[in-house]
Amino acid sequence: MAEINNIQNEIIDEFAFFGDWMEKYEYIIDLGKSLPLIDEQYKDEDHLIKGCQSQVWLHADEEEGKVKFTADSDAVITKGIIALLIRVLSGQKAEDIAKSDLYFIDKIGLKEHLSPTRSNGLVSMVKQMKMYGLALNAKS
Amino acid sequence: MQATAQKVFDIDKIRQDFPLLEREMNGKPIVFLDSAASSQKPSAVIDKLNDYYRQGHANVHRGVYQLSQEATTAFEEARELVREFINAPSSKECIFVRGCTEGINLVASSYGRKFINEGDAVLITAMEHHSNIVPWQMICEERGAELRVAPVNDEGELMLDELYALMDDKVKIVSLSHVSNTLGTVNPVKAIIQKAHQKGIPVLVDGAQAIPHTQVDMQELDADFYTFSGHKMFGPTGIGVLYGKEKWLEQMPPYHGGGEMIKTVTFEKTTYNELPHKFEAGTPDISGVIGLGEAIQYIKEVGYDNISRHEHELLVYATEQLSQIEGLRIIGTAKDKASVISFLVDDIHPYDLGAILDKLGIAVRTGHHCTQPLMDQYGIPGTVRASFAFYNNRADIDRLVEGINRALKMLR
Repeated sequence: MAEINNIQNEIIDEFAFFGDWMEKYEYIIDLGKSLPLIDEQYKDEDHLIKGCQSQVWLHADEEEGKVKFTADSDAVITKGIIALLIRVLSGQKAEDIAKSDLYFIDKIGLKEHLSPTRSNGLVSMVKQMKMYGLALNAKS
Repeated sequence: MQATAQKVFDIDKIRQDFPLLEREMNGKPIVFLDSAASSQKPSAVIDKLNDYYRQGHANVHRGVYQLSQEATTAFEEARELVREFINAPSSKECIFVRGCTEGINLVASSYGRKFINEGDAVLITAMEHHSNIVPWQMICEERGAELRVAPVNDEGELMLDELYALMDDKVKIVSLSHVSNTLGTVNPVKAIIQKAHQKGIPVLVDGAQAIPHTQVDMQELDADFYTFSGHKMFGPTGIGVLYGKEKWLEQMPPYHGGGEMIKTVTFEKTTYNELPHKFEAGTPDISGVIGLGEAIQYIKEVGYDNISRHEHELLVYATEQLSQIEGLRIIGTAKDKASVISFLVDDIHPYDLGAILDKLGIAVRTGHHCTQPLMDQYGIPGTVRASFAFYNNRADIDRLVEGINRALKMLR
């Protein structure tokens, strides 16, 4: 759990350097553009989380009690935020993921993208990530 | 009819009637370009609601006391305003519903249970909003009927020959939008109704996107059903109107059961109230109705001639300005259009464009606009939609164009 929070705090510190929302968004857009996020074979119906606004694909692998996430979206801003979520949660212990409190999104001023009214698939994606954590933890 | 008290159209004065337009969004003066989803409200409507709750509220149609009678009078006067507004033959034919969606559900369910049987068909079009698809799918499934869909061409216009060819004797009702919420296309509903009537088929018109922009006349259109929402025409949310010809409404079973819609109740048998009350079970949205009446008065004062002229100017100006943006393509280029522009730029996702415009204080709609089948036809995930009401001005469009250019710099 400590590790998850450490990464969250790192991101918060990084975002503190941005002068305004435009710099923040430009960074998010760059993240979204540059990351090869998911193996093409997982971009199918089974891995799709359908939002009203944008779509998200999520895949989870287990490696020695840790969960590795890959994901993608058709919208680049959504994809940039996914990159941050993956940085925080991927490679962490299943139990920690299930219990995590993702406060960094609010702290870096992007909470509107994780609001149910946006319906961009991100809320369901975070739920799904925690579910994977919960399921793998129960199995072990 | 509407020409009585029309003012000279002064856009600056009009904007002052809408207090919300003074607020900021994300620290910038708001540019509100989502009136097709829901319009803003003039002070006259807001004040009317306030006055009603402070001074005029009681339940309607039952109290013997003065206050209840006043509320009933105000309620029924609003119904008469609606009747006059759409030139319906009788106010009995104007039923208050929660909105256009409920209007369609009422007809699908009630007309459907009476007149649609196994092997019959319902005819809609490919540009319908989900609310004019799903209720028909539900009743077709229940009754063993077929849902037929008339096609739309690349410009976003109905393909009339195909539509007419689908009108055979199996079709028990045609249901289509007057104006498309996604494309802005104005459909030639009068001609379509005539054609359907020649074959003995009644027609429901979804007027949600038409009423805010243009005058509709039930006797001229000869629609069998016409439904619209108050909140898109500067009135309160939660109230709408279903107009239906008496000959149909009389034959249709009630939609909801409860108080108000009954004449006598025993445990053995209930007899139903007369129109329009037969379809208005329970305590109605009294304040909504009174607010809607005020919205109608407001529209009449501004005048549809002024509204149409101003909005058409905005549409032409916006189309010109947007077309100058490299890579921008407008989805929906019908000859006859209401003030709605859907667009995409290159392969940029609508969500990304919308999220940046939001930060710039510009409210547009992004997504599939509840018309997923239409988006599938065009092979796109959705669009960005800017829709204009008569309270918008050229400066709003300039801010939109500037905003898009700024967003493109970030996204490209």
